[in-house]
Amino acid sequence: MNKITNNKAWFLVLPVFFIVAISAIIPLMTVVNYSVQDIFDPQTRFFVGTEWFEQVLGDRRLHDALIRQIVYTMSVLLIEVPLGIAVALTLPRKGWGVSASMVLLALPLLIPWNVVGTIWQIFGRADIGLGGYVINMLGIDYNYSQNPMDAWVTVLVMDVWHWTSLIVLLCYAGLRSIPDAYYQAAKIDGASNWAVFRFIQLPKMQSVLVIGVLLRFMDSFMIYTEPFVLTGGGPGTATTFLSQFLVTIAVGQFDLGPAAAFSLIYFLIILLVCWVFYTVVMNAGKREEQ
Amino acid sequence: MSWMAWTPITAVFFSCIILMLIGMGIWQTVSPTVPRRGFLPLTTTRGDRLFISLLGAAYIHLGWLAFTDAALWVASIIALFWLFIVMRWG
Repeated sequence: MNKITNNKAWFLVLPVFFIVAISAIIPLMTVVNYSVQDIFDPQTRFFVGTEWFEQVLGDRRLHDALIRQIVYTMSVLLIEVPLGIAVALTLPRKGWGVSASMVLLALPLLIPWNVVGTIWQIFGRADIGLGGYVINMLGIDYNYSQNPMDAWVTVLVMDVWHWTSLIVLLCYAGLRSIPDAYYQAAKIDGASNWAVFRFIQLPKMQSVLVIGVLLRFMDSFMIYTEPFVLTGGGPGTATTFLSQFLVTIAVGQFDLGPAAAFSLIYFLIILLVCWVFYTVVMNAGKREEQ
Repeated sequence: MSWMAWTPITAVFFSCIILMLIGMGIWQTVSPTVPRRGFLPLTTTRGDRLFISLLGAAYIHLGWLAFTDAALWVASIIALFWLFIVMRWG
């Protein structure tokens, strides 16, 4: 146990504490207050207990949006993580190719969400969009605004296009930190490419992959702007994910109580998943050190 | 503070959480926590166990609301037991 000799450093944390309090804790408290009341206007509000929670938990639309969200997030992770690792492994390690590929890969990350949505909305259109037109030319009936499956695939491909670069860049940074001695030792032992990947590259990438997966999980779990711009949650509710459903309740219908209850449930799901993920990974790291 | 739409019950709820955190802070200075391993499948400090029990308590209440029509105070008692069990043997 390290003995703490000076606690004055805690005062340096105070500014961060105040910022977090104003930006996160106080709004969260307000949401909790909203979730137990029926609010008509700031002066007219009634305590309703857990009514909104019961209503939201029994809402089929919420269950459907949650299932869609889980399937979407899992698909995003299952595609982007292996693809990101694969691309990172094929990138050049020296020469002009390094800078060129870094710039190319960073480009999608620099584009704002709503612009990405707009780009893909036009790109996917069957009449004027290059992507949609070519797919239809190939004889595949593709229309993301009418066919739910097409809409799903388009939203998924858009996310893969936008965010795989993040995983690639993180993995590439991890790969670059492996000293040459490891590869030389593997060569002497006659290790296969797979063995080098499994026992040298993958363990060394673990810490950056954790950050990558966690970022992608959180981002895709609260995705809003891109599907909103691209499909508007449609056709029907095929691509209405949790955030968009929440906005429909809170802003569209102005049901602040149910929206607050829903936000808290949403928050608890994210908190649990992130905590489990963080704990599992940190414990795996500790076991490795031992 | 009226914009925060406080109600007596949520005020009591948050006061309890704040008191708990202050209490844990004082407890930590009086006798610092020693990480240990109980029935939970990971090594935890006192603060970890409090977090786990509070998160668990939230899910117990949500599950209660979702699956039963019985009074909510039963869930609160179960959550209190859960808090005690995790803090003591977790």
